[in-house]
Amino acid sequence: MTDRLPVRKTYKLFVGGAFPRSESGRTLEVEGHNVARASRKDARDAVVAARKAVAGWSGATAYNRGQVLYRLAETMETRTDALAAASSGRREVARAIDRVVWYAGWADKLAQVLGSSNPVAGPYFNFTLPEPTGVVAVIAPDEPPLDGLVSRLVPALVGGNAVVAIASDSHPLAAIELAEAVATSDVPAGVVNVLTGLRSELAPVLAGHMDVNAIDVTGADGDRAALEELAAENVKRVVRAKEDQSPWEIASFMELKTVWHPIGR
Amino acid sequence: MSQTVALPRSLELPGGGRLPRLGSVDAVALEARAGELAKRSIKRESKIFALDLAIRMIDLTTLEGADTPGKVRALSTKAMHPDPGDPSIPSVAAVCVYPSLVAVARRTLSGSTVHVASVATAFPSGQAPLEVKLADVRAAVKAGADEIDMVIDRGAFLSGRIGQVYDEVVAVKEACGDAHLKVILETGELGTYDAVRRASLVAIAGGADFIKTSTGKVSPAATLPVTLCMLEAIRDVHDETGLVVGMKSAGGIRTAKQAIQYLCVLHETLGVDWLTPDRFRFGASSLLNDLLLQLRKQRTGIYRSPDEFTLD
Amino acid sequence: MGAVERPRTEVAAPASWDYAPAPEAREIVSFERRYGLFIGGKQVSPKSRTWFSTISPSTEEPLAEVAQAGQKDVALAVDAARDAFRTWSRRKPAERAKVLFRIARVLQERARELAVAESLDGGKPIKESRDVDLPLAAAHFFYYAGWADKLEYAFPGRSPKPLGVAAQIVPWNFPLLMLSWKIAPALACGNTVVLKPAETTPLTALLFADVCRQAEVPPGVVNIVTGDGATGAYLVREKDIDKVAFTGSTEVGKAIQRELAGRDVSLTLELGGKAANIVFDDCALDQAVEGIVNGIYFNQGHVCCAGSRLLVQESIHDQLVRKLKRRMATLRVGDPLDKNTDVGAINSSAQLERISELVQSGVEEGAELYQPPCRLPEKGWWFAPTVFTNVAQSHRIAREEIFGPVLSVLTFRTPDEAVEKANNTMYGLSAGVWTEKGSRILWMADRLRSGVVWGNTFNRFDPSSPFGGYKESGFGREGGRHGLEPYLRFE
Repeated sequence: MTDRLPVRKTYKLFVGGAFPRSESGRTLEVEGHNVARASRKDARDAVVAARKAVAGWSGATAYNRGQVLYRLAETMETRTDALAAASSGRREVARAIDRVVWYAGWADKLAQVLGSSNPVAGPYFNFTLPEPTGVVAVIAPDEPPLDGLVSRLVPALVGGNAVVAIASDSHPLAAIELAEAVATSDVPAGVVNVLTGLRSELAPVLAGHMDVNAIDVTGADGDRAALEELAAENVKRVVRAKEDQSPWEIASFMELKTVWHPIGR
Repeated sequence: MSQTVALPRSLELPGGGRLPRLGSVDAVALEARAGELAKRSIKRESKIFALDLAIRMIDLTTLEGADTPGKVRALSTKAMHPDPGDPSIPSVAAVCVYPSLVAVARRTLSGSTVHVASVATAFPSGQAPLEVKLADVRAAVKAGADEIDMVIDRGAFLSGRIGQVYDEVVAVKEACGDAHLKVILETGELGTYDAVRRASLVAIAGGADFIKTSTGKVSPAATLPVTLCMLEAIRDVHDETGLVVGMKSAGGIRTAKQAIQYLCVLHETLGVDWLTPDRFRFGASSLLNDLLLQLRKQRTGIYRSPDEFTLD
Repeated sequence: MGAVERPRTEVAAPASWDYAPAPEAREIVSFERRYGLFIGGKQVSPKSRTWFSTISPSTEEPLAEVAQAGQKDVALAVDAARDAFRTWSRRKPAERAKVLFRIARVLQERARELAVAESLDGGKPIKESRDVDLPLAAAHFFYYAGWADKLEYAFPGRSPKPLGVAAQIVPWNFPLLMLSWKIAPALACGNTVVLKPAETTPLTALLFADVCRQAEVPPGVVNIVTGDGATGAYLVREKDIDKVAFTGSTEVGKAIQRELAGRDVSLTLELGGKAANIVFDDCALDQAVEGIVNGIYFNQGHVCCAGSRLLVQESIHDQLVRKLKRRMATLRVGDPLDKNTDVGAINSSAQLERISELVQSGVEEGAELYQPPCRLPEKGWWFAPTVFTNVAQSHRIAREEIFGPVLSVLTFRTPDEAVEKANNTMYGLSAGVWTEKGSRILWMADRLRSGVVWGNTFNRFDPSSPFGGYKESGFGREGGRHGLEPYLRFE
């Protein structure tokens, strides 16, 4: 038994529901493995995949999104060992899975808590609805290795956004293990995309990308100001975590639409 | 409460009947009703009946730039004897080809019960001067087509020139002589079911013997809800005036399962009298082999292989 | 132009196209010969030592024997619930949520089996139990599972706490679905329950007990006591309950309200209705006909919110009624387990008698009856889809809830008149409005005194959408954020 050579995993990017290598062919050695080093072109492709996926994901019923995210929790649960080995351990994995369950349960309740029917002074029916902003870039925090990414990824997904996430420089394996759980759940291709590589190289590309609607800079450490300046070019929504877990974390990735209609015979 | 007049006042039905109320179509409810009808579970002898009927309702179609006499001869032979090994399999209703291949089809099909349908009027786009479109029709009829599938001018329709659409249908009907006229609405370009209903009534007013969903060159082509919408227009005309207009669903119908769903929609909307190729057609090509396959499966109880049926 | 000779074709239309029977496989479900009560996580024999048969209303065959819970049995169930409440209410809300998510999943996994059981025991078509009852039941648990650990967001500024033990009584028209409407929010809020299913439809509740086993619901959190009206009365009289939730007839609802007077027991009632389905002359006509048919013939009209009064604008009355009658003739009445059946069996001989009596009164009072030709099976309890025209507001068939596949048609001239007639009833559960004019839908919705208004649709349900009545159709809401409130107290 001890003689047996394990078959080691090749860690690639997760884009459009598939696991391609970087188009640049580059890798980095991190956490004892060669990990794909994404290029700006990979980032561009990931945004294209995410944009393509937005219509279907945001057009799905809230109930469906909730069920799909719950199924993600299911596939993460069966991958506990692999996720634990790539993060700080089983306790963190359990927290991350429970967080996914928590957010999954928000999908079909957001409109009731974030939206409203507004009593305008006139014979008009008026209501406000939350809608997803579209394509969201997420810069994964370094710590905790798995739950950090999950805590920013899932609130963006619940409301119907598609995400391009830049994995942490120091903990890319947890991100790819998570991507495998995503790939085997019912999350449609392109809704979640994960790029491993150098944050310093990739974050400015996404921050300046004109077809990205929002960027989460919670994991951006020192470069935040530079990224926020780039984001201004298309008035991106710049988001940072305020609470550990809350419907308002979801709200920061949502737009609000208010509709009027007359009431009359 | 009076209706907004969305059709020219001069429109009358052939025979002088009054057009039914235009009204509007609720898309959600229409699609839900079509969805319910699609759930009918048709089994055993009722399934065999449906499969056989569907074969008899097919307009076996080839409309490619690459069509040749050889291709059309093969298709026409298949149309007469879909399964050479099984003489109990009926012929299809018609073959449907471009005008330049009508003569070939006519020769191959002579003596059989299979009609020759020709597309015309600058199919599929309809974007040509009226004289050209009418010449197209006359040429097809002269070559021996006994059915003409025309396209309405969607450019005219979508820019509000409804009267022009109507006039063209009337002119084409005249050019057809004794040939039957099917009017293609190209529902995939019309945008809403309200527009489909309006186009249906205009086509019928202009003299259509059949109204048809699609050219098959644009997606979406035939769907269950759009077919239901058109059948409801046909039903309203029939209720008002007794005029019988047929329906052809074309494009995207590839499986026997789908064909049976269309028959359920037809059956439960217009009744048993419409279950005949004289009043309903499928515009299809690969559908035929799936019907043959399913029919053989029903009769033998064994799942079949597509290799058992000829590709023509 | 050469003369075209159209080949002769033998294409005469058939005399008929009869759909062959398409039965759903009944073998997917197997019932015990005899069921005990589900108390404290176990099946127990009733102290009353009494059982009764539950019968399939489409064939009159007995399906199983179930227990008639007596007063002692009910007391034991409430004790078990109280016991379990101590731990359940203290369990981490996120963990309570996960139990409920599991129930939702198991319901989805066993959906076909439960749908067949529902159609056998209650008589509704398999198409409905499969496509409506089961998916909605699972969705209800899924929706409320998500609230269990989020209550502070549902009621900002208040501290929500569970009530304790909830006594829940559900009817026979949507047995498993009504059970989900009751149990899901109750458990999500940290309560425990004792639920009594209807006398004629106990089986899916008993199968639900097995779902609880698979989901590892802690013993005593859910208790099922079967029996007739007497069991329900014992349950309501129990001292140690904190809440009663009842769905059923207005008559029994009033009796429960009287019983609870002066007691500190929270109450919600979901009672009868006589909904007006209001159709304006600018409606999408064929779709309105579908909505009318769905409104009254769905589930054989055994629906509290059924559109049992058609108020049609006089200008389109004749055309609409013609289309309606023609559409009714395509309704397939028969074996609930046949996948093509649209209208199933009447739930019991008692209900059939009530329907027949009211229909007879309609004829006697001068309304005009129409039923499409319908071949009804020999055994079982059946009623053909029926429509009355020339109905006056004062006719019994316009005022009393028939709870069967019987529609009464009345007319109106203006929106104001429609509102007046629609509201002219002691009930107030639901209403439908059919018009292509958006502002009118909203104007009507504003004025209709009913808890649910359906615009250009009917009989739409969703776990996120609050449902409940005005006036004698009851009080309290089920579904949505508002459906949590009846199961909480606020410090």
